[in-house]
This record gives sequence, structure tokens and C-alpha cells, in this order.
Amino acid sequence: MLHSSDKYQDIRDAVRALCAEFPDEYHRRVDEERAYPEEFVDALTKAGWMAALIPEEYGGSGLGLTEASVIMEEINRAGGNSGACHGQMYNMNTLVRHGSKEQRDFYLPKIAAGELRLQSMGVTEPTTGTDTTKIKTTAVRKGDRYVINGQKVWISRVQHSDLMILLARTTPLAEVKKKSEGLSIFLVDIKQAVKSGMTVKPIRNMVNHETNELFFDDLEIPVENLIGEEGMGFKYILTGLNAERALIAAECIGDGYWFTDRVTAYVKERNVFGRPIGQNQGVQFPIAEGFIEIEAASLMRYEACRLYDAGEPCGAQANMAKYLAAKASWEAANACLQFHGGFGFAAEYDVERKFRETRLYQVAPISTNLILSHVAEHILGLPRSF
Amino acid sequence: MKVLVPVKRVIDYNVKVRVKSDGSGVDLANVKMSMNPFDEISVEEAIRLKEAGKVDEIVVVSVGPQQAQETIRTALAMGADRGILVKVDDTVEPLAVAKILKGIVDEEKPELVILGKQAIDDDCNQTGQMLAALLGWSQGTFASKLDLGEGTVEVMREIDGGLQTVKLTMPAIVTADLRLNEPRYASLPNIMKAKKKPIDEKAASDYGVDTAPRLTVVATNEPPARQAGVKVADVAELVSKLKNEAGVL
Repeated sequence: MLHSSDKYQDIRDAVRALCAEFPDEYHRRVDEERAYPEEFVDALTKAGWMAALIPEEYGGSGLGLTEASVIMEEINRAGGNSGACHGQMYNMNTLVRHGSKEQRDFYLPKIAAGELRLQSMGVTEPTTGTDTTKIKTTAVRKGDRYVINGQKVWISRVQHSDLMILLARTTPLAEVKKKSEGLSIFLVDIKQAVKSGMTVKPIRNMVNHETNELFFDDLEIPVENLIGEEGMGFKYILTGLNAERALIAAECIGDGYWFTDRVTAYVKERNVFGRPIGQNQGVQFPIAEGFIEIEAASLMRYEACRLYDAGEPCGAQANMAKYLAAKASWEAANACLQFHGGFGFAAEYDVERKFRETRLYQVAPISTNLILSHVAEHILGLPRSF
Repeated sequence: MKVLVPVKRVIDYNVKVRVKSDGSGVDLANVKMSMNPFDEISVEEAIRLKEAGKVDEIVVVSVGPQQAQETIRTALAMGADRGILVKVDDTVEPLAVAKILKGIVDEEKPELVILGKQAIDDDCNQTGQMLAALLGWSQGTFASKLDLGEGTVEVMREIDGGLQTVKLTMPAIVTADLRLNEPRYASLPNIMKAKKKPIDEKAASDYGVDTAPRLTVVATNEPPARQAGVKVADVAELVSKLKNEAGVL
């Protein structure tokens, strides 16, 4: 394995040691069975990693997004897939930063202790993907309840989470001055909700990722589950979205190192025509190129996390980090698959699994094209293209 | 009761070791370093004794460069209480380490010292024994089981013929073998706590020890490359080769 040391080495070493107990065979089997890596997520929870962002007074470790990103990076670098558990990391600050004292006091210690999981965030809808302010799911206040109606899609880990942060419109679009107003976020008790108006329909997909369609039919949730002020939800949800981008960048970086480690080891050993194929520049250069891009993406990830942890705007950096990292891991994945030849397609080499998994991140949680148009419009000041 | 656990920072067991081009030693530049695995087992054993209520304090000591502090932190994150770093930049031979440890034992007055049976870099397997001799304490080496009694400790040792159990009068020295236990990995809350645990910094001179090496490394060589094998057609050819070529039958 490539070795460089940084100030997060203690975190890296400890996560690696835990991940080493879950070798390739484990992740391969989970993928094959389309199962959830329950034992792995449990081990991470017990060792405190899933509570990294929870302040110490609530039983967590009070770390920043930077450290959380290192944890996610190491999980993916060790051959795992943080997609099974990263929701808790990117959701956490939405609750920590915007939740009321009562909500924090009630939920955070339970999440820190591993009694509750906060792994899901319900934003995307079938007719409004990235055009978030146009969501059609509504929450109407009736006495001490909000009544939710509508539909969500691509909502992950719902079957393996206790809590979900849900975005819904509380004031109709026609009645607000700015379209980003009138949206609110709620903490939904998933087990309660499936009994009283929420239907979960799993979506079978290319990777072993638990994701679902959700249908809300007069789901009632108590008003005390509103996070922050009514109507300000869009601002709050960005806390989660920006964290998600930065963390997924880190996961791609982890994947990128995994591909680089694997392919480097393989091409050194694989002899064709009497010499290792890694001696050919045609083999070396794509691997080196992928590695350089991963290193660069990693720096942008640290910058996005630094801004996030300082409470400064970081939308552009978080998205650019995700863009660079997803592209870099894809380059590394492609080189890794190519130079493994036919073996790259054999499940026992794990390359095909990681290849599928890392490919997702040029599409989700936001597609590469939308990052480009965001940068073009909001950073470069070019005319809006859509 | 206090337990002292010496830990050594060594080249990580996963690293493929390379000999320096001038043969003066192995290349340590940009190589991952970790706690000697046998020392990890010693730390784990001390923590288990503490968890069982038989030990009150675990002091971890490392003799090495400034970076050995990270190795001490690892032990603190596993559950040790405090650390002592005896800063020495150059190679320290087992006798000098044992003398420094004697100095620390005199100051700290532990009743038990648990060391790894050997370090995976130089494979000396001497420090524990030398320390026992310098202190005049009992020793139980190559421990695969440890049972702490009142003023005594029973140590099951792995020896050539099988297992031997010795009963030592405390204070005592125990060196840990591979099968003594399986060390835990540090949890995040414990890593955070370890950052606040104290590490004292000392010099070899604080214990009046001269660490100048007494041995000279004459040469360091890579092990010879393994020769390719041959395929045999049948058992008869195999037997014939073993008899006539290998000369083992």
C-alpha cells in the first residue's frame, strides 16, 4: 500500500485495523447476496466511528467533517463501501447545527450510543431531481401535527435506519417571495411512519445499495419534529447536502487509492512476454495519471471540509471536490479494470464490484453536468443555461 | 498494582523490507512504522488485567526517536494510562534498553513488566531476559497464558516440547508470545481520550545509560531469491528426485 503520513494517521490506523476484520470476501458476499453489511456497520458504530460528528457532551467525539471524510475514505480504501453508512455522517450536522435543544438532548445521545440510526435524508422526488425548490411533497400543519403527502425517490438506507430527515413544502410555491422559501425539514421516525402512511418501495439497482421510493399518504408527524424554523428548510438541508458532497469526494478518493493499490500490485506481478506488464509505459501512465488526479482531488476535499468546519460557505468547493474525486476514481477504476484484463471481470478480484460502486458517484448525489453548470453560472457568472 | 509495558516502534509487519544499497541496514525512509506486534499483545494483556480489576495503572514506555510518541499514543488509545518516551535517535541495543528500563522500574516501582518476546525488526529476543537479570527478578518468557494471583503469577510458556507452566514470585518479568491474546483496535472515543493522556519525555542520560552501540553491523543482505520448482510426472519420479537429487531419502 502507498504510504504517506498525515495528521489523521491515528484515525486512519484505527479505521484500517477495524476494516481489516472485514476482508474482501465479506464485502463480496454482501454484494452477492444484495445484503446490508450489518456486522460491519455495527462494528463501526460500537467503535464510535458513526458518532464522530456528535459533540462530546452528547457522547460523541465532536470531530469535524474533515475527520469524518478521513473515516469514509479509509472505509472505501479498505475495500468497503461507505454508501451503507455515510448518511449518518452527512445528516448529523443538520441536527447538530439546526436542531432544537430538546431534539439534540433527546436524539444525539441515543444515536451516539448506537441505539438509533440517522441514515436517511428524503429530498429527491421523481419529477424534481436537482430542481429542489419545486418539490411537490407537502406538509400541512393541523393542530399539533403536520400532515405529509407526496412522493420521494432514491431515498437510501430507509430499511436500515430509524430516523430520516425529510424535506417538504410548508408554504405553496405561489405564495413565497423566493422559491427557496417555504420549505421545511422534519425528523421522521421511520418505524412509526411505515405504520401510519409512509410506504417504502425498494429499487433494485446496479450496485448493492439500499435505495427506495417513498410514498406519503396523510402521514402525520408531531410538530416538535420540525427542525429549526418553518419555511427555512432549504437553508438547513444545504448543511446536509454540502457535507454529503465532501464525504462522497472522500469516498471516491478512498476508492481511487484502492484501485491504484490493486492495479499497481497486479501489474508488477503479471508477466506477459517474459516481463511484468507494469514495465510498459502504456500501462504505467494511466495508473500514474489516475493517482495524480486522486491526490489533487484530495486537496480540494480538504479545502471543502475546512470551510465547512469553519462554518463558511462551501457549496462550490464541496461540489468541485466531488467532481474531481468522482472523475479521478473513475480514471483509476478504468485503468485497474483494463490492466487486470479478463480477471477484472471476475467477481473474486473485487475490481468489478468497486468499479460499479465508484461509477455511481458521477451520477449521484448530483451529476457531473450539474456541477459544471453550477460553476459556470454561479462562479464564472455565465448566463443560466436552464 | 502497576504494570509497565515497554513498546517499540518498528517497521510495519505488512511492509516489504528493502536493504539499503550500501548494505548498512534496511531502508526506513517513507516506510510505515507501527508498534511491534508482540508489544501490542503485551499492552492488550495489561489492559485485560486492568479490566479484570487486578491492575490499577498501566505505564507504557518507549525508547526511540520522537516519533515513538505515536507508538505510545497507540497504546494509550488501546487503554494504557500514561506514557514515558525516552528519546534516543540512533539504534539502541537490547542491553542499553534493558538498562534504561531498569532505571524506569526503579522509579516507577511496577510489580509486573510485560514485554513482547522480541521485536520484529532485529528479532533479538533479549531485552526481557536482560531486564530480569539486571533487576534480579523472576522471568516467564514466551507466555501464551498469564494468570495473576496474590503475589505470584503463573505463566504458561510455549516451549519446543509443548507447554510449560511456571509460577513466578512477584515482582516479575513476562514476555508475550503470539498466542497470549488478540489485541483490540482502538475505538474513536479512546483515541480522543488518548490525546489528553500524559507522556513524559526523558533522555537516556536521565538513567545514566550510555546508548552507544557495542556491536557493529558487518553486512545486511536480502534473502536469496527463491529458486523455481520443477513439475514431476508421477510419484516414481518424485521419489527418484528426492533420493538422487535432493538427497533427503
